[in-house]
Amino acid sequence: MHPITTVHYLALSAALLLIGTIGVLTRRNIVIILMSIELILNAVNINLVAFSHAAGQVYGQIFAIFVIVDAVAEAAVGLGILIALFRNKETVLADEIDLLKW
Amino acid sequence: MLIDTVFFYAFALLTLGGGILTITRRNAVHSAIWLIVSLLGVAGLYLQLHAEFLFAVQIVLYVGGIMVLFLFVIMLVNLDQAAKERQFNRQWTIALAAVAAVGVEIGYFFYRGQDSFRLSTAAVPAPTVGNVEMLADSLFRDYLLPFEIASILLLVAIVGSVVMAKKRI
Repeated sequence: MHPITTVHYLALSAALLLIGTIGVLTRRNIVIILMSIELILNAVNINLVAFSHAAGQVYGQIFAIFVIVDAVAEAAVGLGILIALFRNKETVLADEIDLLKW
Repeated sequence: MLIDTVFFYAFALLTLGGGILTITRRNAVHSAIWLIVSLLGVAGLYLQLHAEFLFAVQIVLYVGGIMVLFLFVIMLVNLDQAAKERQFNRQWTIALAAVAAVGVEIGYFFYRGQDSFRLSTAAVPAPTVGNVEMLADSLFRDYLLPFEIASILLLVAIVGSVVMAKKRI
């Protein structure tokens, strides 16, 4: 068996990023789209921490902390928007929300 | 070395399997549970990469905070209707083709640039202080201004989500 290198982590992170992108692009349920965005941000974090480990420094982990802060803010505001949307339109399906479509 | 490899593949399976099940389940609560499994796998990977503080933050903040928020909103919003309808939109073939194109691109990039990822691990000295101590040193000395800006971002997010979710302000 080969030892685990940085490339392994990068490949795993790329796979997780693609899974998250598929979720964002194909699902209709807004809650699950928001969960897919969390998957994408986690893929980014794996990359940052893997490079931080490979370089022997801690700066990548600092960046990962800021990405987590962003993810928290995005989840809170996104779910707030979802609640406002559900109150007005009674739907959580992304393709039924077409107020701005001409 | 062998046990490292075994743990890496176990956590990778947890992460990717949880991710795939997250985006394919019909019921949003099941999706949320599988997302928790995936996030726990990522936390295990952090532990393998010697990022102990991020491991703790991942479990406390993601699994304990964000996922509870998600489940709370799922309970608040009536999803029974949505679970009975079509789960994937009509553009899913185009979306899958686009994602496959990006995947091939990334694979080609790995194939061609593999050697440049092999950083010299031998030159890295073993850390003399703990992970949390190093992070705190760096965060409160070199990155103090971004840290404060992040706190303002969180304040804006709090105000924004209250404005969004409240019926009348």
